[in-house]
Amino acid sequence: MALSKAELVEFIYDLVKNAQGKKQLKAMDLQKAVLKANPDQDKNMVKFAIKELIDSGRCVYTYFGGSFVEIPHEEGAAKKV
Amino acid sequence: MHKTPLLDQLESGPWPSFIKDLKRVAGRKKSAADLLGVLERSYKDKITHWKHGGIVGVLGYGSGIIGRYIDLPEEFPGVEHFHTVRVNQPAGWFYTTQALRELCEIWDEHGSSILNVHGSTGDMIFLGTTTDQLEPCFAKLTAKGWDLGGSGSAMRTPSCCVGKARCEWSCYDTMDLCYQTTQHFQFDMHRPSFPYKFKVKCSGCPNDCVASVARADMSVIGVWKDDIRIDQAAVAAYQGGEIKPRGGGSPYAKLDVKADVTDLCPTACMSFDGKKLSIDNKNCNHCMHCISLMPQALRPGTETGATLLLGSHAPILEGAQMSWVIVPFMEMEAPYDEFMELVGNIHEWWSENGKNRERVGELMLRLGMRAFLKGVGLEPVPQSVKTPRANPFFFWHAEDFEAEAAGRKYIK
Repeated sequence: MALSKAELVEFIYDLVKNAQGKKQLKAMDLQKAVLKANPDQDKNMVKFAIKELIDSGRCVYTYFGGSFVEIPHEEGAAKKV
Repeated sequence: MHKTPLLDQLESGPWPSFIKDLKRVAGRKKSAADLLGVLERSYKDKITHWKHGGIVGVLGYGSGIIGRYIDLPEEFPGVEHFHTVRVNQPAGWFYTTQALRELCEIWDEHGSSILNVHGSTGDMIFLGTTTDQLEPCFAKLTAKGWDLGGSGSAMRTPSCCVGKARCEWSCYDTMDLCYQTTQHFQFDMHRPSFPYKFKVKCSGCPNDCVASVARADMSVIGVWKDDIRIDQAAVAAYQGGEIKPRGGGSPYAKLDVKADVTDLCPTACMSFDGKKLSIDNKNCNHCMHCISLMPQALRPGTETGATLLLGSHAPILEGAQMSWVIVPFMEMEAPYDEFMELVGNIHEWWSENGKNRERVGELMLRLGMRAFLKGVGLEPVPQSVKTPRANPFFFWHAEDFEAEAAGRKYIK
């Protein structure tokens, strides 16, 4: 059964949180994981759920040879200016 | 100011030097002074001291900011953070002087004052700022109607040649397609969700002034279907020297139409008997050689559109590739529904099947053209044959036998 929007946001957040420090996930990895658990989920809803996580600041996009969705963290190379 | 004996040599040549410009900026910007210092150091050490990427950006966007740091922050504190901001350029790179002044004022206030106009991506590149200046800079840009361009694993900022704005050869309105594509794919430009980058470049004719065939995943190249238009009187004027080659910019007094034009036609589809130029248009491959040499005598036909090619990229997982024809001719009229739908289908197929950092052209090679065509809903066409007779084996699907029995036509 498809998740509601709020449930979907939390589902994706948990995926990112549980992978933090172990595996970097791309937006498409998240979509595939959602569809595996909930095959009838609308793909567009997944995109907008990720957007909500990014817009709220709970997740951020990072670039390390590819773009990933992660929990905000201190970057090793960034010292305070 | 750092001592820069190696960089100083770059000022000694006959051409304008970026070092001279940077030194001028260094008088008022510490970051430019340290930039010179770290560049001198890299020339000496023969390694880069930069790292790029990371988590910097503006809220809500995953694209448009490229984090840059150096590994010698104590020695060069002015470029400890030196992030790049990509500003989405207007289609065709047309600016008013007022717009340029506004952009420069914003960058003077929030960054190093150093610009790259334009980066190979097409965007206007603001080079070098600190993390705390990113949001205020972005706010000022958006207040003036600007937006960030694409970066990372996203739809990159589409770019185009000047098209119909300044070129009579343009076979479709490149600037309009570029603008509409930018608007249509806003979500994918700002929120990276692809396996890797995806670039669209639009050229108005096969001269391909933005080099889309080599630099864009999706190359949209203007082309015509009917016959090249010939003005026989102008051909005679070129032959006779009344019309000067290259508008008088050539050392030659007149064009030898046979030697310079018809004998150099790659498909030998042209002939000139001294008076009349004839073209076998069925065998013309639209290389533009003859039209470029005799622009007053020859013009593209009137039934115009674009050829769509897919897959070019610089070496990443595989070696460099040129784009590959996937649609020989598509009419290019607003609102470009057929084009937008096809690009959307390609994104979906690639996102579904691509590995991390695999460009769509590499995926097409890995899975094969057949899988690609099936995945995006395109018919196979003879123009898609890239290397004729390279592979003698045919592999048939069950549905192919049915389609053959039903009288499938390959050339429509």
